[in-house]
Amino acid sequence: MGFEFNENVIEHFENPRNVGEIPDADVIETVGSPVCGDMLTLYIKLKDDKIEDIKFKTYGCGAAIATSSLFTELVKGKTVEEALKVTSDVVVEAIGGLPEKKVHCSLLAPDAFKQAIEKYRAKQ
Amino acid sequence: MNRVYLDNSATTAVDPRVIEAMMPYFGERYGNASSLHSFGHEALEAVSIGRKQVATFLGATPKEVYFTAGGTESDNMALQGVAYARKEEGNHIITSSIEHPAVLETCAFLETVGFEVTYLPVDTTGRVLPSTLEAAMTERTTLVSIMHANNEIGTTQDIRDLARVAHDHGALFHTDAVQSAGKLPLDVESLGVDLLSLSGHKIHGPKGIGALYVREGTPIKPVVYGGGHERGLRSSTENVPGIVGVGMACELAHTYLDVDISLMNQMRDALIEGISDTIPQAVLNGHPTERLCNNVNMSFAGVEGEALILSLDRAGIAASTGSACSSKTSKASHVLLAIGLDQALALGSLRLTLSRMNTMEDIAYTIEKLPAMVARFRAMSPLWKEE
Ligand SMILES: Cc1ncc(COP(=O)(O)O)c(C=O)c1O
Ligand SMILES: [Zn+2]
Repeated sequence: MGFEFNENVIEHFENPRNVGEIPDADVIETVGSPVCGDMLTLYIKLKDDKIEDIKFKTYGCGAAIATSSLFTELVKGKTVEEALKVTSDVVVEAIGGLPEKKVHCSLLAPDAFKQAIEKYRAKQ
Repeated sequence: MNRVYLDNSATTAVDPRVIEAMMPYFGERYGNASSLHSFGHEALEAVSIGRKQVATFLGATPKEVYFTAGGTESDNMALQGVAYARKEEGNHIITSSIEHPAVLETCAFLETVGFEVTYLPVDTTGRVLPSTLEAAMTERTTLVSIMHANNEIGTTQDIRDLARVAHDHGALFHTDAVQSAGKLPLDVESLGVDLLSLSGHKIHGPKGIGALYVREGTPIKPVVYGGGHERGLRSSTENVPGIVGVGMACELAHTYLDVDISLMNQMRDALIEGISDTIPQAVLNGHPTERLCNNVNMSFAGVEGEALILSLDRAGIAASTGSACSSKTSKASHVLLAIGLDQALALGSLRLTLSRMNTMEDIAYTIEKLPAMVARFRAMSPLWKEE
């Protein structure tokens, strides 16, 4: 069941951006669980409807780490509406493709982000 | 870059002496062992030497050795072959819940065609207790199949005791010895088994060749029908180079068994100790002592296995994990769940498996690289809390 990642994926896997926690985050959301393999927690700080800061922690495979890293990079500084358009398809394309079996791992960050925003808006 | 191969339970390097023995049978000695001319005689002679080498390795007679296309086919032949041959006497088969898919999937198929299968639980070290087997035996039980050593956690079973229970109740006993070959003495008399599966590529032989030992007089039907090769049990023109290769691999495993075992034991213990000393909360999965000399299986709380494998691979270290994040619902290994590990620890397992070709340098390099990797994944894990 082997597969190979491209250099971009490996680069993000080895040097993931925005890893960690935001102590005064406006919203924190976790998706997945060890039962489904990958798990991701997103920490988001918003300012004037923009993503001022975003960090993540993950218990996940290489593809989950790399795509979550790239997602945070892509959405940081964007407005919430722009950021919601960064779907897993966008992430997969931006990272230069994933082996088919690993595409599902790229859903993690966009899903967590979408849920986080819903949660945040419900709170307002 | 250093390249360290610690995935010998997946497959092994073919021993150069095996390659050397095989080469002529790809070239000038290409005959069909069934042919009546001298080309055929050469091939037949090679096949019979191979059969003797395998028989000697197992303490069997050559006519009890049947060549197959690998461990999977040997397991299929043993289970399907005996189940069908003894169909009139009973339809119940017993196996364990930690078998290789070659056994488990064959059992699942047999269940669809009218057989009943009991999957015995194991204790938290992966052992099947003879009393558990005893309690599962019925009058309709015709076959018991329990692996000699597990491919994931390396736990070994007391096959002799388990086979005795089966025999006391009139059932035959098969063992999958694919992983124990070359790492434990394999003598069909002292094991007391009726059938035993072997695979070439796990013992420094070629892929696509294996053998099934069938004790003389054991009722068994073929799975593959055709020209009647292997005394009618497994048709298809003999894989002469493969047979020469697995024969030589068995001879080498037999000759060097004691040396190989003590070398692997030493490396295994150094690995376990080195990892336990440098990585907090590293749990050894399987049995502390009743385990293969080449198997290390550890879980690191908070760490996902596949990511760890990728990091190790980037450092030139080949290993494997009990996780497979390859679908929306990731599957933890059935073996690790059967010994009672929770999902997260099962997904965070690392299997390092040795062969006689590894060195203490390989071990030292791995112990040097692993702790920082585990620490890095823990630092980014929402499941890890620093004590
Ligand atoms: C315990 C066990 N049985 C059977 C097999 C299958 O052997 P082969 O690859 O030769 O079909 C393996 C190999 O993965 C194994 O580990
Ligand atoms: Zn994944």
